[in-house]
Amino acid sequence: VRAAAAAAMLSLDFLDDVRRMNKRQLYYQVLNFGMIVSSALMIWKGLMVVTGSESPIVVVLSGSMEPAFHRGDLLFLTNRIEDPIRVGEIVVFRIEGREIPIVHRVLKIHEKQNGDIKFLTKGDNNAVDDRGLYKQGQHWLEKKDVVGRARGFVPYIGIVTILMNDYPKFKYAVLFLLGLFVLVHRE
Amino acid sequence: LRKNVEDFTGPRERSDLGFVTFDITADILNGKNGLQTFRNKNTFIIFDWNVKQLFLYLSAEYSTKNNALNQVVLWDKIMLRGDNPRLSLKDMKSKYFFFDDGNGLKGNRNITLTLSWNVVPNAGILPLVTGSGHVSVPFPDTYETTKSY
Repeated sequence: VRAAAAAAMLSLDFLDDVRRMNKRQLYYQVLNFGMIVSSALMIWKGLMVVTGSESPIVVVLSGSMEPAFHRGDLLFLTNRIEDPIRVGEIVVFRIEGREIPIVHRVLKIHEKQNGDIKFLTKGDNNAVDDRGLYKQGQHWLEKKDVVGRARGFVPYIGIVTILMNDYPKFKYAVLFLLGLFVLVHRE
Repeated sequence: LRKNVEDFTGPRERSDLGFVTFDITADILNGKNGLQTFRNKNTFIIFDWNVKQLFLYLSAEYSTKNNALNQVVLWDKIMLRGDNPRLSLKDMKSKYFFFDDGNGLKGNRNITLTLSWNVVPNAGILPLVTGSGHVSVPFPDTYETTKSY
């Protein structure tokens, strides 16, 4: 059936196919689509809970951690409060007022008895530490700036996300094709 | 696994700055901490097929009145697969300024230097491993004003 659907899409017959589906089948397909979307959302939220991070999977956007990570690598994060921040760890953090998270390594920490911690970061591939990147007047990062600690990674896979960001037309094309495929798919 | 040579501190903008020179000898290939291969029972080989590089760093850990725990990275190095895993560095100066958050270095008897590394795989988990062996360094009670370093 899949091969037939693909061939049908290439010619204009697929439009006839859609018209041939009666209303019930169409609603069924739409519901199916809705289920897939909600399952995906549930998995994502579940990951957020298990890892303690608001963004458990991030894509590396810059070359500041080469040769360990390159643009397009995918990082898996955890942000459990019980894990203390220590030097050498790779943290993903956000600077107040900026949306884009940064992936760098912890260079220095100063932690008080009560657990309050302030720390400094630096990209492996950068010559200087990140003080220049922080907000005006900000000298240290704190726990609240941290999105998560990198625990594992997979190379290259995130390139798709970068492409979709840089070329919005590509993103719309991918979404359109996906949506079309799911709606027309008769299995 | 390492020795240390003495040092002096100087206050700058009311924070203590420490200077440390050190030697590092480490045999990372056959260290006791590492990823296990299937064939050897007793020795662990670090650079297996899934290890892209090691990020080594020498960190100083100490306590002060101001802060219960301080950790400062003094020196780091990226060791790629294929590089010589036996390190023998002498008379190294710290790569990064060893500033304290306050004046906690003066007279601090117990600064522990440890060599650790982050294993970066081709894909998979990113563990942090601490090398066996560490050195304690005391800082003197007085400041030095000579800038010879």
